[in-house]
Amino acid sequence: MATHTFIVNGQRVNVDCEDSIRLLWVLRDLLGIHGPKYGCGLDVCKACTCHINGKAFNPCSVPVSDIQPGDRITTIEGLPDTVGQALHPMQEAWLEFDVAQCGYCQPGQIMAAVALVKEKGSNITEADLDGIRNICRCGTYPRIREAITSAAARM
Amino acid sequence: MSVTTLAGESQADGARGRSGSSGVSRRRFIGYLVAGPTVIAGAQLWTPSARAAVPTHQPVDRYDLTDLLTDATKPTAHLITVVVNPDGTVSFALPRAEVGQGITTAVAMAIADEMDIALGKVNITLADARPELVWNQLTGGSNSMHSIYTPVRVAAAIARGQLLAAAARTLGTPRAKLSVRDGVIRGPGGRTITYGALARQAAVTKTRRVGTVLKAKHTVVGTPQRRIDAVDIVTGRKRFAMDIEVPGALPTMVCRPPTINGKALAVRNLAQVKAMPGITDVAVIPHTAFVAGGVAVRGKTFGQCIDAIRALDVNWGPGSVDGKSDADVLKDLRAGELPLTPALPGKAIEHAFTFYFRPGDPLETNCAIADVKSGGAEIWSALKSPIYAQEQLAQNLGLSPTQVTVHVTQGGGSFGRHLFADGAFEAAAISQKLGKPVKLMWHRSDNFRQGRVHPMCTSRIRVVHSGANVLSFDQRHTSVATDFTHGLGEILSATFGTLPEGDFLGYSQSVFTLTANVPYNFGPVTQLLNEVYSYDTFNTSSVRNIYSPEVTTATELMVDQAARAMGQDPYRFRRAFLRDARLKAVLNAVAKAGHWGRPMPAGTAQGIAVHSEYKSRGACLMEIDCRRATVDRQVENGYTGPRVTKAVFAVDAGLPINPLGLKAQMMGGMMDGIAQVLSYSLHLKDGHFLEASWDNAYYTRQWNTPPEVKVIVMPATGKHPGGAGELGVAPSMAAVACAYARATGQLPTNFPINHSLPLGFTPYPTVPPIPQSPTNGLSEAF
Repeated sequence: MATHTFIVNGQRVNVDCEDSIRLLWVLRDLLGIHGPKYGCGLDVCKACTCHINGKAFNPCSVPVSDIQPGDRITTIEGLPDTVGQALHPMQEAWLEFDVAQCGYCQPGQIMAAVALVKEKGSNITEADLDGIRNICRCGTYPRIREAITSAAARM
Repeated sequence: MSVTTLAGESQADGARGRSGSSGVSRRRFIGYLVAGPTVIAGAQLWTPSARAAVPTHQPVDRYDLTDLLTDATKPTAHLITVVVNPDGTVSFALPRAEVGQGITTAVAMAIADEMDIALGKVNITLADARPELVWNQLTGGSNSMHSIYTPVRVAAAIARGQLLAAAARTLGTPRAKLSVRDGVIRGPGGRTITYGALARQAAVTKTRRVGTVLKAKHTVVGTPQRRIDAVDIVTGRKRFAMDIEVPGALPTMVCRPPTINGKALAVRNLAQVKAMPGITDVAVIPHTAFVAGGVAVRGKTFGQCIDAIRALDVNWGPGSVDGKSDADVLKDLRAGELPLTPALPGKAIEHAFTFYFRPGDPLETNCAIADVKSGGAEIWSALKSPIYAQEQLAQNLGLSPTQVTVHVTQGGGSFGRHLFADGAFEAAAISQKLGKPVKLMWHRSDNFRQGRVHPMCTSRIRVVHSGANVLSFDQRHTSVATDFTHGLGEILSATFGTLPEGDFLGYSQSVFTLTANVPYNFGPVTQLLNEVYSYDTFNTSSVRNIYSPEVTTATELMVDQAARAMGQDPYRFRRAFLRDARLKAVLNAVAKAGHWGRPMPAGTAQGIAVHSEYKSRGACLMEIDCRRATVDRQVENGYTGPRVTKAVFAVDAGLPINPLGLKAQMMGGMMDGIAQVLSYSLHLKDGHFLEASWDNAYYTRQWNTPPEVKVIVMPATGKHPGGAGELGVAPSMAAVACAYARATGQLPTNFPINHSLPLGFTPYPTVPPIPQSPTNGLSEAF
């Protein structure tokens, strides 16, 4: 048992728990932040996608001890604050294209999409979109592609 | 106080009558076997046309599963209640499950439309189990909008009428001179009063029957509306079962057996695992008819539960299919196939198709929160049969049904998985055993390996044709038993399914007979079902669209075969033989929008297919690329294979409530259809499924998604909504299969087509039953 400290959605947190606990469970079970979802725990489905220092990652596959005191974790709940708006342009695009169905995977989809556009720039290609690994079992993929392409032009 | 109205369906329903039914009682049709009309000799004509074709009639044309499910809700339709609140909002506790199909939005639209209020003023929640509703709280068969649309509108209309009457009194104006807009009632001279201001004074103290007339002109229904929960979803605020905080309900998981339905006999290292960090409880949970069971672990975090499960040393007893593999099941299916009727004179084409097991997994795994105490129990779970869940839970726990409160939570998908209450039953059993609240979550690997699946099945079809006509069509569908023992959503009809032959004769045959159809004039048609094993041998359920994806895919592949043998184009052949104007319209719509028949390179092709179910019609056109360069694309730990490059769908849902929601449902159906033909299945080997991850079971991913997708929502063809949630699957799957056959020049007979290729992954071990989470997540950040 050790105290782990880092920044989540702009707030410093201190958590007492074992080093090996994956960050997803620290966020969900210990900090009560439920935006990142469990879909596999294997870094496959990407439903838990969040950002660390602005980069997309999957907290289901990161021991909490790997998180440094200066690391800034952003979950879907903290995404709007990163642009100082009520909603991030990607969230706006998600609304515009009515992307979601059940919604379970969508926080992870949005977080992955934001990082993808940051990485690739505004001219997202079909190959870039093909590279997204996040599962959507409702099959919202076509609207995800539309929303990302649209948001990329505005980001 | 508030205005509460009770919807008596009879008041509004008289004019409509039983849509699609001929007044024949439900009972008479249960177990009705399909039989064709007497044999009619084929006319010898050069050009096929609907008039010259040999007519086909099927009982399902007159009474189908949608009629049955809706009729079952009618005795309790008057218990549907809409509440007007003093703040001007309207509340409705929907007695159905929202699992992504958009029913909360569609119902809110119906209320907003009827009451002339803004959509944003309608609050839809999911009703707790209400046993007095009997068969009117089942979410299945794509029946929700069909069954609840009129009762909801009637309730809303009565509320509106009562508010107008109160406004007339308050304003001293005849009711006829009042108008309503956005919840504001306006009288002569510009005087206004709001619904909210009237909510209390319009309330009645004694329930009474009142008549009402529904609005003739729609203002919201039929317009594209975004999901009412969209903002909650994109901000992460939408709460699913595992996001709900119940005091003391700690994370709980189950160490599951290495083979399907195995049993935990003893734990060899109980004390050691109990002492692991964060773990509060470890207990054997016996396998029963209702509880999968194994060894439950409860702890501070799910991560620590995973560690504990992996550390457990368990003595496992046998499962229900130990030693069985795909080939054994196929052998049993072949042995169970019913014989074809003697062939008519003519040219016969006959093929048999095999469809392997496939997962029924939503992205949210089986899960539930349970707090069971000696005097009562409280459950939270995404349940499509909450009344059945409540009544069965009471039996399982030794409580009375009134002591069990069942909350229906928002579901992260369903696809048939949540007709059963697997998570809730197991969570309650664990909570009772431990005497503590639990937050139970299945691991993804559990969900694939021990969860409910679409049963493996075969379909043999023989088409006899002569000259320009098809003379007969015979289909023998043979399936691993489908578990329908949730019945109609309450315990009596559920228990009936568990009686000897109850599941097969009572439900499987009825559902098959009331859904399977051949929409063409192909002379005498027979479609017969047989099932092998008992309903509880494998863990199965009505996975999205039940029998239809396979029945229709086999049928439409054979339609292409017949067209080819008769020298006809697949589209024109269908158009000529279809016996339903609505199907012809959707077929023509996709052919036009998808540019049917356009020249395409070798190795690529179009496929086209139609399907009729739920009082709705669907047609799909798919273009597929089976060229080497495409098939050989490499994606790390992913399956690529042929790619559908364009997908066009036309849907006629009778009265389209929300075109945007309909489009979403059809798109989802197309993604399912693509996966089910090309890649998505489970391999049964030695009594267990090999797949344990989404990188093993290949559901459609972005690299399989068609870059071009179009959905056409046909204008209203009726005054009542048909079903939509499952409609997209069958015609999409059929269209992909037909496209694949045309692109490769080979008729595929095993589905998905990659099932018989070498495994594309290394299976995870079965002991321990779940893989450990990786630790290298940071190195993957982008």
